[in-house]
This record gives sequence, structure tokens and C-alpha cells, in this order.
Amino acid sequence: MILTVILGVNYAAWRWLFSLNWDAWWIAIPLVVAETYSIIDVLLFGLTMWRSRDRSSPPAPQNGLSVDVLITTYDESVELVTSTAVAARAIRYPHETWILDDGNRPEMQEAASALGVGYITRAEGWKNRPRHAKAGNLNNALLTTEGEFMLILDADQVPVPTILDATLGYFTDPSVALVQTPQWFGNVPTGDPLGSQAPLFYGPIQQGKDGWNAAFFCGSNALLRREALMQLGITRYVTEVETEVRSALRRADRVLAMARRAPGGNLPIVQAALSDVASAIATARLAVAAGEPLGHLTYGLQQIIFEISRRMVSIDLHEASLDLAVIRELSRGSGGPHLELADLDGGLDALASRDLSPLAALESIQGLLRSIDVDRSSEAQPLMPLATISVTEDMATSMRLHALGFKSVYHHELLAIGLAPEDLGTMLQQRLRWAQGTMQVMIRENPLAQRGMSLAQKLMYFSTMWSYLSGFAALVYFAAPVIYLCFGILPVSTTALQFFLRFLPFMVANQMLFVIAGHGVPTWRGQQYSLALFPVWIRATTSAIANVVFHRPLGFVVTPKTRQDHGTRWSLIGVQLVTAGVLAIAAVIGVIRLLLGDDEAVGTFVNLAWVIFDLVILSILISAVRYRGFQPEGPSAR
Amino acid sequence: MNVTVKRLDQGVAIIYVTGKLNLVSAGSLREAVTETVDGAHPRISVDLTGVDFMDSSGLGALIGGLKTARQAGGDLRIAAPSDQVKLVLQLTNMDRVLTAYDHAESAYANG
Repeated sequence: MILTVILGVNYAAWRWLFSLNWDAWWIAIPLVVAETYSIIDVLLFGLTMWRSRDRSSPPAPQNGLSVDVLITTYDESVELVTSTAVAARAIRYPHETWILDDGNRPEMQEAASALGVGYITRAEGWKNRPRHAKAGNLNNALLTTEGEFMLILDADQVPVPTILDATLGYFTDPSVALVQTPQWFGNVPTGDPLGSQAPLFYGPIQQGKDGWNAAFFCGSNALLRREALMQLGITRYVTEVETEVRSALRRADRVLAMARRAPGGNLPIVQAALSDVASAIATARLAVAAGEPLGHLTYGLQQIIFEISRRMVSIDLHEASLDLAVIRELSRGSGGPHLELADLDGGLDALASRDLSPLAALESIQGLLRSIDVDRSSEAQPLMPLATISVTEDMATSMRLHALGFKSVYHHELLAIGLAPEDLGTMLQQRLRWAQGTMQVMIRENPLAQRGMSLAQKLMYFSTMWSYLSGFAALVYFAAPVIYLCFGILPVSTTALQFFLRFLPFMVANQMLFVIAGHGVPTWRGQQYSLALFPVWIRATTSAIANVVFHRPLGFVVTPKTRQDHGTRWSLIGVQLVTAGVLAIAAVIGVIRLLLGDDEAVGTFVNLAWVIFDLVILSILISAVRYRGFQPEGPSAR
Repeated sequence: MNVTVKRLDQGVAIIYVTGKLNLVSAGSLREAVTETVDGAHPRISVDLTGVDFMDSSGLGALIGGLKTARQAGGDLRIAAPSDQVKLVLQLTNMDRVLTAYDHAESAYANG
């Protein structure tokens, strides 16, 4: 491993310092950046492997712990959820089973009561407020259930009866907040055309992270300690309330100035009211700075504001009645009774559209004033223990638990079997969502900037996020050989010997690290997909930035658990097909140029080998797009 | 845990809690607060004199009650916490939000 690090750093230094072809900087720089990206990726992987931890079995769990088994569902079929619930009910350690139905379906409720398991849907308060997908579903259930521990299962994850016996013992250590077990899918044929299994992640990588006390929460097949979650929810609540109140108080001056300029803002009564509000806000600001508790302070402020608006309403009503009197006066003066009605109508219209109303002037600041409170009125619940900053709530939640000083455990034993997507389209959606969620966390709560975690823990989270940036590197890796083969431009200025002397040892050490670390688990499929899905990773990064920075929707989708039938959808891999085509054409051009004597033989061969490697990587998509769903193997199959 | 409610004038009510305020009893406290607020007593004072132990779920119920009361134009205040309860408030930074009053009866004495 140390060898890989030394060779990697040596190669990177040489590439930056001595081998850049400045004449072709427009490809030389991207290439060296991409290579540096990959070397950092390998170094982070090496760090992960450094303290890989294979845990022995935990102590036997104490008797009498209270445990809830929570099955989350949105639109999965009743049969699918039922089979999971039946298995959950049969878990040996005493527990309660609950179906958390975000689809709010009567037939699911019936199925739950037939099975004798609990059924939970969103409480009243969630109406017209952000629902926060699965995180919201679990946060809602946290208030209905009361077990000390909870096992979280996706709708398709069928647990074995011993799942709690095998894992609860870890919680004997009171600082353990999370126990994650592997996710494995039963409907994947030999060869795994869609790369559904993640043996490298649910194995060496999680064990490696575990060695640094940074095993991730992965959303399902995991146990959580309620006390830790609630503690997390409360500290987050305090932080968020404080941020909200401070930012509202900061914005207040600008909003008040706007209100003064608004129509009616120059009326003396409005001026007086606004200056009352301003002085109340100034007092509140001082109190915040002095560290006074926010509950008391905001209550006082809200009372003052309530008093001011009540005064305004009564003034407004008084003025309105004066106006009506004037109108009545007018209509009386105008003579005939037939005119009176029309005039009165006109008067009322004028009254309704009066933009000189002192109330209208205050309205513009109502929203601001309302947000200076501790009730988090924009959210359904003040406490959101499961993180809502990302479509993949799991990673952000475990990161926050680690930052609070809690420990996590990765328990490497298969204790539940799930269903993987059976077609490329669904699989792509799923990967896109994971990548988007990870990027959202990276932008919103970058682990390197968080307090409370050790450097290694930060790097473990950062490592996973970093790996999702591979799409941009892949783009360069596809472009570089094409540029050489078509135009004879080499981004590396060196002799072939120099290049191989530095590159090959690093590459060999790197691959050996993978083999040693992988303990023989098949990692090739994963490597193929991490390059071949480059358009997905790029889209995930750009859409996550658009979402966080410009508040554009991500287009969130729940992964369907049943096969989507649309025939062979070549369009799904259009970008990759074009890329493969360009690579193939470039190879032909390269050979022609070589025959014409335009290029150096070694350069062409290296780049041809590179193209072939790229094409082999991309070839996985052909079998993936043609994959027709899982057919059980062997004679017992239906 | 045991919860009793005493309703006073001006929308003020005192909720007396005794025993353990934890994950088991959090639900009953939440219900008691909601009922009291709905019954036109949105200014709630929770007397914690009798609470010998509180966990994060118990504190969570107090925060939930605070939201319920605030949305009805009222407030939720706590009084006479034990040392253990004070410690929980400090560890979670909740002392940045909630003031601990000395006596439940006088929590609203100054408005």
C-alpha cells in the first residue's frame, strides 16, 4: 500500500513537473488533472484499506430491549411489502413491526392489519409542507413509535429471523448509534449484467471505513439507536432555529426600508408602527448577541408585533368606517335613490383596492416577522433526526452522528436479501439518485468543513463523494486517445520508455492493492460501471449544483422495484454509443496515419490499447441494455 | 410517568410531570400539551420538579409542545428542572432556546 502511495505521488509529480506538453495545453492540462484526480482516488482508497476491520461477533444482546422494525414503502406492490412484513414479523428477538406507507393506501392498511403489524402514515402537520421523501417518512414514524432501537428495511429487503440477535449486542456500548449490515440482491443472475451487487462496498470498503469509525449508514438493513437520533434532531433544531432567527434579524433592516418605500409607507401611523417594529428588532438583536435564550426573546418579539398589527387593524377598520361614511354622504348628496347603489358599489371597489391601507404596508414585513420564531413553522416537525438536506438521507445522517461523537459499526454478515432493478432504465435512475444525493451532501455539508469528526472520518466521507466526480475524468480519458489517433497530438511530452518506467509500476501496485484489498471479491464489474456511466455521474454533479445553488428541482424519483417494460432502449446509452463509435473511428484513422508514416508506432500502439480498454469498459452496457430481467436458474425454477 | 394539568386564567395552564420523561412517556406528554392548547390554554408552563430523569425523546416532546403552543399564539415554558435535566439541556444546547424558570406558577408573571 505504501508502495502504491509512493509510486502514485512519484508519477503525479513527474507528470506535472516534467512531462506536460505545453504546445497542446488544451488537452495536456485536462489529462494531467484527470490523472491527478485518479491518483487521489487511489490514495483515498488506500487510506480506506489501511485499517480494514473484520469484526468478531458481538456480545449476545441483553434481554428486554425494545425494538421497532420499520418497513418503508412508497409505491411498491402490496404483495412485495407483505412478504417483507411477514419475514419481519418472524424475526426472533421480541419486537414490533411497522409498515411506513408513504403512499397512504387503504389496501396496504388492510394488509397490515391482516398481518397484525403496525401501520403508519404521515401526520396532519405534513400537509402543505415539504415531505422530504424517505427521511420524512422515518422522521414521522419516530414520533409514533417508542422503541429504543429501530431496524430499518426497504420494502424489498426480506430479513432473516436472526437479524436482531446478530446485531443488537453492539449496542451494549452506549456510544454505538448505528449498525449497518450488507445489502445483497436475490434476483441477480451470474455475471451481474447491471452491476447490482456491490461486493467491494459491502465488504472491504465498509470494513475499511469501519476501521476509522466511519462505517456509513446506507438507508436499509441498518439498526439505529433512538436516543442518538433524538439527540441529533435536537442539536440540529437548535442550530437551525438560531441560524433562522439570526438571518431574519439581519434581513430586517432591508425589509423595513422596503416597507417604508411601499405605497402607504409614508402615512404617519405606518411610520410610527414601522419604527416600533424597528426598535423591537433592535432590542431582539442585542438580546441575541448577549446570548439570551431564543424562546423567551422571540416570544416577546412576537407579542410586540402582534400588538402593533392589532393596533393597525383597528386603525384600518376605523378608517374604513370613515370612508364608508364619506361614501354615504356622497350618495346622499347626489340625489335620486337609483344613483345611490351604483355610487356605493364604486366606493366599495375603491375601498377594496385601496393601496394606501396601512395594513398593506405592513403585510410586506409579515413573512419576515413570522420567521423570527422557534417553532420552525415551515416544517412539519421541529425535530428532523434523519437529515433532509439530500435525497439520500442516510449518508448525511451518519455523518452528523459521527460529528456528535457517536460510533458506527459495519457488521459483515448477510441478514436480509432484497430485489435489484431488473432493467437498465430503472438502474440508471437509481444510480443517478444516489450520485445526486451524495453530491448534495458534498455541496451542502462538505465533510472536510464539519466539526467534530477526526480527519480520517472526514476523508472517509470525502472519499465516497470524490469517487462520484469520476465522470469528468472519464470524459478526458475517452478524449485523449481520440485526439492522438486523429491528429497525432500527444499530451505527454516524453519518450515512451520514461512514461512506462513511471506509469507501469504505479499501475501494477494499484491493481495489486485492489486484488489484495478485495480478498478475491469480483470488482471488475464495478470498475466497468464507474467509467461507463460517466454521463450519469456528470449529470448528477451538474443537477446537484443547480439544485443546491439555484434551487432547481432534481427530478426526484423512487426506484421502481418491478421491471419497467419498454423493449430494448438504446437511447438510454446514446452518449456511450456515440463515444464508442468515435473511439472506433479514431482507431481506424490512427492505423491509417501509422501506415502513412505520420505517427510514431509506440504512441499509436499505446493509444490503440487505450481505445480497446475503453471499448471493453463500455461493452458492459450492451449486455445491460439487452438484459431481460431475472430468470431463476436451476431445475427448481418456475 | 404521571401527567396532571391545572388550568389557570389568561390561557395559562400548568402541566405537572412526575417520574421518567423518556421515550416511553414522551407520547403522553405530547398529547397532554396538544389537548391543553386546543382547550384554549396555549400558555403552558411545564413543572419538572417531579422529573428524576429525562432523555432526548422527553426533551423532543417538550420541543414538539413548544411548536404546538407557539402556533396557537402561546408559549411553552419549563420550570424547576433537576440537575440531570439541566445537563441534558446543556448537552443538546437546548439552553440556547428554553429558559428554565424557578417556579411553574410564576413562569408567566412578567408576560
